[in-house]
Amino acid sequence: MAWAADGAVQSLPGGPAVRQMDLAPPATQIAADVQSLHYGLLVVCLLIFVAVFGVMFYSILKHRKSLGAKPANFHESVKVEIAWTIVPFIIVACMGFAATKTVVAQKDTSNADLTIKVTGYQWKWGYEYLKGPGEGIQFLSTLDPAQRQMSDAGKPSGDDYLLKVDHPMVVPVGQKVRIITTANDVIHSWMIPAFGVKQDAIPGFVRDTWFRADRTGDFYGQCAELCGKEHAYMPIHVRVLSADDYAQWVAGEKKRLAELADDPKKVWEHDALMARGQQVYAGNCAVCHRPDGKGGGPVKPLDGSAKVLDADHLVQIQVLLHGQNNVMPSWKQLSDTEIAAVVTFTKNNWSNQTGQTVQPSEVTAARAQ
Amino acid sequence: MSAANDSHGTPYYFVPQPSRHPALGALALFLIAFGAAQWINDLSWGRYAVLAGFLVLFSVLFQWFGDAIRESEGGQYSQRIDASFRWSMSWFIFSEVMFFAAFFGALFWARAHVIPALGSLDNQLLWPDFKAVWPSEMPGATGSPAGTVAPFETMGPWPIPTLNTALLLTSGLTITMAHHALLADRRGTCIGWMWLTVALGATFLGFQAYEYMHAYHELNLKLTSGIYGSTFYMLTGFHGFHVLLGTLMLTVITLRLMKGHFSSKHHFGFEGVAWYWHFVDVVWLGLYLVVYWM
Amino acid sequence: MSAVLDAHGHPAHDAHDHAHGPTPGWRRWVYATNHKDIGTMYLLFSFTMLMIGGVLALCIRAELFKPGLQFFNPELFNQFTTMHGLIMVFGAIMPAFVGFANWMIPLQIGASDMAFARMNNFSFWLLIPAALLLVSSFFMPGGAPAAGWTLYAPLTLQMGPAMDAGIFAMHIMGASSIMGAINIIVTVLNMRAPGMTLMKMPLFAWTWLITAYLLIAVMPVLAGAITMTLTDRHFGTSFFNPAGGGDPVMYQHIFWFFGHPEVYIMILPAFGIVSAIIPAFARKKLFGYTSMVYATGSIAILSFIVWAHHMYTTGMPVTGQLFFMYATMLIAVPTGVKIFNWVATMWRGSMTFETPMLFAVGFLFVFSMGGFTGLILSMAPVDLQLQDTYYVVAHFHYVLVAGSLFAMFAGYYYWAPKWTGVMYSETRGRIHFWGSLIFFNVTFFPMHFLGLAGMPRRYADYPMQFADFNEVASIGAFGFGFMQVYFFLATVLPMMRGRGEPAPAKPWEGAEGLEWEVPSPAPHHTFETPPKLDETATRVVG
Ligand code: HEA
Ligand code: HEA
Ligand code: CUA
Ligand SMILES: [Cu+2]
Repeated sequence: MAWAADGAVQSLPGGPAVRQMDLAPPATQIAADVQSLHYGLLVVCLLIFVAVFGVMFYSILKHRKSLGAKPANFHESVKVEIAWTIVPFIIVACMGFAATKTVVAQKDTSNADLTIKVTGYQWKWGYEYLKGPGEGIQFLSTLDPAQRQMSDAGKPSGDDYLLKVDHPMVVPVGQKVRIITTANDVIHSWMIPAFGVKQDAIPGFVRDTWFRADRTGDFYGQCAELCGKEHAYMPIHVRVLSADDYAQWVAGEKKRLAELADDPKKVWEHDALMARGQQVYAGNCAVCHRPDGKGGGPVKPLDGSAKVLDADHLVQIQVLLHGQNNVMPSWKQLSDTEIAAVVTFTKNNWSNQTGQTVQPSEVTAARAQ
Repeated sequence: MSAANDSHGTPYYFVPQPSRHPALGALALFLIAFGAAQWINDLSWGRYAVLAGFLVLFSVLFQWFGDAIRESEGGQYSQRIDASFRWSMSWFIFSEVMFFAAFFGALFWARAHVIPALGSLDNQLLWPDFKAVWPSEMPGATGSPAGTVAPFETMGPWPIPTLNTALLLTSGLTITMAHHALLADRRGTCIGWMWLTVALGATFLGFQAYEYMHAYHELNLKLTSGIYGSTFYMLTGFHGFHVLLGTLMLTVITLRLMKGHFSSKHHFGFEGVAWYWHFVDVVWLGLYLVVYWM
Repeated sequence: MSAVLDAHGHPAHDAHDHAHGPTPGWRRWVYATNHKDIGTMYLLFSFTMLMIGGVLALCIRAELFKPGLQFFNPELFNQFTTMHGLIMVFGAIMPAFVGFANWMIPLQIGASDMAFARMNNFSFWLLIPAALLLVSSFFMPGGAPAAGWTLYAPLTLQMGPAMDAGIFAMHIMGASSIMGAINIIVTVLNMRAPGMTLMKMPLFAWTWLITAYLLIAVMPVLAGAITMTLTDRHFGTSFFNPAGGGDPVMYQHIFWFFGHPEVYIMILPAFGIVSAIIPAFARKKLFGYTSMVYATGSIAILSFIVWAHHMYTTGMPVTGQLFFMYATMLIAVPTGVKIFNWVATMWRGSMTFETPMLFAVGFLFVFSMGGFTGLILSMAPVDLQLQDTYYVVAHFHYVLVAGSLFAMFAGYYYWAPKWTGVMYSETRGRIHFWGSLIFFNVTFFPMHFLGLAGMPRRYADYPMQFADFNEVASIGAFGFGFMQVYFFLATVLPMMRGRGEPAPAKPWEGAEGLEWEVPSPAPHHTFETPPKLDETATRVVG
């Protein structure tokens, strides 16, 4: 395979293009400004480069000993030194000046139409629509598991390889969207090149940025701050919809959420909880604790763990709610039902055959403490 | 060739013979670092490596300094070497200043930026109940947004830190008196002032140890007491460690004075330690102000 | 010349009670107090580390050759990236420059040795435990540190025991660097031969003087940062933990307060080497000596107020972003002055292009490209697009590999005849140069495109669209690595064995300086009594 991508992959609109050599085609005013700044800089730098090294190569060609060049004797000139201090100074001053407006514009997150809180988790993104149309919607966005498997197998395929998520973030076109970033465990970074946006998500702090997409379509980015082993596997997918489509999406989403919302008071059958727990485990825990529950490195095994086997359900519930030792993050963003299900699952899987069943109400009670 | 030596046979610039101290010293540090890395990860055999490392280190330092003292007293060190020592001690102290600067910087950043930011309007999204007050400004505040820090009391300037300030300032004075005595060739007086300085330093350490016990047992102020406890112990602990080193150095110098080392003309060893002591003193004044008063 | 050469039948010499030849056997090296022997050990150590770091780089490139995981799991990949960065920065580049300083500074300023010969050896031997701790961390439970060479909190809090070994290793290296720096400063300030005024000193000594100052100022700050990491990991402090009132970004501020000056620590001595070589092969005095000195000083001072250009995406206030952007851009001015002075030195010279000069010109050309991409990164809005992408990786390999490393190759070819007493083979030198230059660009130029297209760094796997340029880069990397092996086998090894034409005391027609006043190979002891210099302080008289 001479060129890996020969024909096997097409450019992804809103994402990377095959052999792309330039910034992504801008989909916001900021991204367009950034692109022209970049072109401007590139031209200035190239001109200086050509001038300086033109002189140098001329000299290399002409002033050689083999051509009989005799060394001149000058080695100092205050005038020249001052000149080539001042001129570059003026050039960089102009560059700084040119960039200032964009810096200020990029930082202005006021008067947003829609505010979305983006939370980085190891290794997925959580979206929460805080204000504006769609308020109240929230969901997690995870890499499609098939992509991860292809990666492991070393057999990637598809134009959206490693960029496909189960649940893209959706925004309306032409509206100012304010993104508030934060993180749950370590630092992540939320970026969409086509929007000219990149903002670190810092645990314990909120930071913000904004964009106003000027066309509909799908746009992609990837986590841009080293966040542990699955750093390469937490892509960002933003779908920009027309106002009508967006309203429709909001309606659909609200309905879905209402259906999905588990009643934490419900009393579950053991088997139903096990089945649900298996899903939760595969989606959240298996990356670290491994599917066989053996953990690895700093990650503790669950199989045979005293805390998992403990007859007091609270012991394990507390670990899930509050995390442990910096390594195990807190999972309080999961619903009571999900926590109860996954606790039940781990208590009754592999060699752990405790026969215990943990009900969502126990988690509700633990949370209230 | 006579240019090489002045009239007393002192070489122009003394270059020591091959020596085994550096390589052994490196071995000692390897044992210490390797052992410590195991030890803090609950592998208890690490502590034996640390112990062995320190034993090797002390014996190396003992011999190394012994060599240097013999060379110095043997008249091998010319004026030029003396100047080298002065430069090197100044730059070493500068590096220590920057070391402290990192921790002072952390305290400054925590107070000027972190706590206000955590309690800001925007951050209410994450910590709705957090009030941005630095613990020393209001009783009961812990500076911990998550409420994970057990309540504690902060450490005020009275009485121990103020006493300690007085002790250190006095010790700065006594060491200067000792220096003047040495310059005037009054060795006995000098030794007296030196022991006094050592005693002041040791008292400082004793007080600080008492202060820590008090903090742990009565104030519930611990390393785990959030950013306040972290910066408090890091700054005072790192400083205390320097006082300890300084006191040891002072002791060595005093013992050397008693053995008849140093003269009114030739006593950089003494001066270097005095500089170090003044540096420790000045750092304390900064600490006293920003850790205990502000 | 008698002041220079080994004394024969000088009775007064016995007053110095050191032996005149080197001590035979292994003690010569382990117990060394001789600046030349210690310099040699530094250079060999750093070359070894370059190989280890290079093999890790090749593992990275092999994994990235194709999309999809080929050889390593992502965790191991992160360990490779982290250790590659740490080993290259702290193990290869920094010690190599100290090795050059050890060998050349006493020779260039007419000193008998380094100011503190035993401490000098201590600085070197400390590197061994540090390297052992670092490299052995691969075999510790949980594997080597995998948080990037920048060791950002709170990711470091999740690492296994190897992180602590890494932290202690950095402490030890820091101590080594500080001692080395103090030694160099004192040597330069206090041991110059009479007549060697500061403003007549070779620029290599000047750049190292300023570098040493930077080292002393920032290594302790790094030590402070990682000490806080250590206590956060094990003793329950909350420096970087917001739940207890700390701030992960505080780590970044402290780290980059060290980190940015650190990158100039890795380039200023390179400037010094190039400033020696270009005049030698242009057969013309360095243009603008004084302004070169001032420019170096300005770079050092500015380097303390630009650190947050690594942190534009952490979200600082707009005023902060503007300040750091303007300040960073300013550094282009003194760096430009240097470039212009070098070009002016070449202008109307009488040039020849032996290998040292080839590498020096290659340095100028390719380092400047890295400088320009740095300037592009310094513009905050553009950096928001490029931060943490391969554009940054391209930038810093242009300045570090084609900058620092090429300058070291130049310095090697220039001074190794003095060290070993034999000439290298010019043909082989040329092959090494052209091979390195071409493969270097094949490796790192495509990374600019990858970065612009948005490929994040520290990724074990990537979308398929990035495949082509990654493939090119990987091929280049293996070629580049091959050239370095060639360099070792074809040039370094024969010279170490003394194979080759004997080198005259001054192999380069246009070279100036005291190092050329002593025979090749330089005798074990030189300038034991201060030499008498002519008024340019470049020749020994009488
Ligand atoms: C030897 C090391 C070295 C050197 C010399 C430099 C030099 C410079 N660097 Fe670089 N840099 C690194 C090593 C280095 N850097 C490393 C290792 C990182 C990444 C760390 C990490 O994240 O892991 C980094 C990252 C880095 C970033 C952060 C990128 C990011 O993470 O988002 C930035 C941003 O401003 C930057 C800027 C600069 C600038 C402006 C210079 C300037 O000094 C360059 C000045 C030179 C020139 C400009 C060229 C010559 C000048 C002329 C010919 C004069 C005329 C020119 C004009 C008037 C324009 N560097
Ligand atoms: C300081 C100097 C330095 C040097 C010299 C290099 C040299 C090289 N670097 Fe490195 N690099 C860094 C400093 C340096 N790097 C830093 C600081 C980082 C950031 C780390 C981080 O993100 O935390 C980095 C990151 C980095 C990355 C990004 C990794 C990632 O983001 O995941 C890549 C990817 O290609 C890379 C490649 C290379 C290559 C191919 C070389 C080559 O030039 C190496 C050439 C040398 C050899 C190859 C050795 C000689 C060969 C042998 C011993 C025999 C085997 C050879 C063959 C079989 C051919 N480097
Ligand atoms: Cu999340 Cu990288
Ligand atoms: Cu920088």
